[in-house]
Amino acid sequence: MSSHATRRARPAPRVTVLGVLGELLITAGLLVLLFLGWQLWFNDLVVGGEQRGAALELQQDWAAGSADGSVVAPGTTDFGPPVVGAAPPETESFATLYVPRFGADYVRPIAEGVGTRTVLNTLGIGHYPGTQMPGEVGNFAIAAHRTTYGAPFASIADLRLGDPIVVRTADGWYTYRFRTMDYVPPSGVEVLNAVPALDGAEPTDRIITLTSCNPRFSSAERIIAYGVFDSWRPNAAGPPPELSGVVDPG
Amino acid sequence: MYGALWRALPGPVWLRLLVVLVLIAGVLFSLVTWGFPWVDSIVNNQEVTVQV
Repeated sequence: MSSHATRRARPAPRVTVLGVLGELLITAGLLVLLFLGWQLWFNDLVVGGEQRGAALELQQDWAAGSADGSVVAPGTTDFGPPVVGAAPPETESFATLYVPRFGADYVRPIAEGVGTRTVLNTLGIGHYPGTQMPGEVGNFAIAAHRTTYGAPFASIADLRLGDPIVVRTADGWYTYRFRTMDYVPPSGVEVLNAVPALDGAEPTDRIITLTSCNPRFSSAERIIAYGVFDSWRPNAAGPPPELSGVVDPG
Repeated sequence: MYGALWRALPGPVWLRLLVVLVLIAGVLFSLVTWGFPWVDSIVNNQEVTVQV
């Protein structure tokens, strides 16, 4: 067969402009797909795992620190008014967050500051500087990604009335309960007030405020989740009953 | 382009294949380590905070 002979003797195909252009376009398409896979899945998982690991490591110090502390009688439920820690320096991780609604293995670190690159893209959840600390009368306001970079607040819209939102610090566990959801423009800084949405009002309640982007993958609005303080217990008393089904509660 | 690269590589097919796989791994590593984070810092402008 002559066709076999020609195939065997076939000269190397020439490199044409059109051919190179086509291969470049295919390569560009592959790179875009790879980037999306990296951004939405791979990097999200890697950073999320790092944040979870950092939170658990952070808590190990607290567990050790409470070992020499006061002994708490089992069954105690009233531990007095919550201890309020001092505001930490910028970018220092000082607390962890447990939200059973976000998953049984959910735990993320909270660092001071809300810089996108310094805190939110790497460390996890950021605490608005100038807002109150956990357990303090006023507003403990935090922000985190809803998509990408570990997305600590990926399921923020799933919160239901009464869901526990538990913050842990070196001092103890602060249990808040989800109360209400709100949506504000990006300039809606009034949600950070000591009494959210009221300017200059004297706070009497302990509030937690979670902010993230809305809708997902957009910066058009902010989704705001408010919780109210429920109870407090020192680290020596162990995790609150709200976290009974949670993996690794410190 | 890729055909020319394949023909430019020396050695038998298994060696070329090995070289190509190493090249792909190197490119992927560079992308994940430097390329994608850089692109993301430009295209990902999701804001999660409220500010004036």
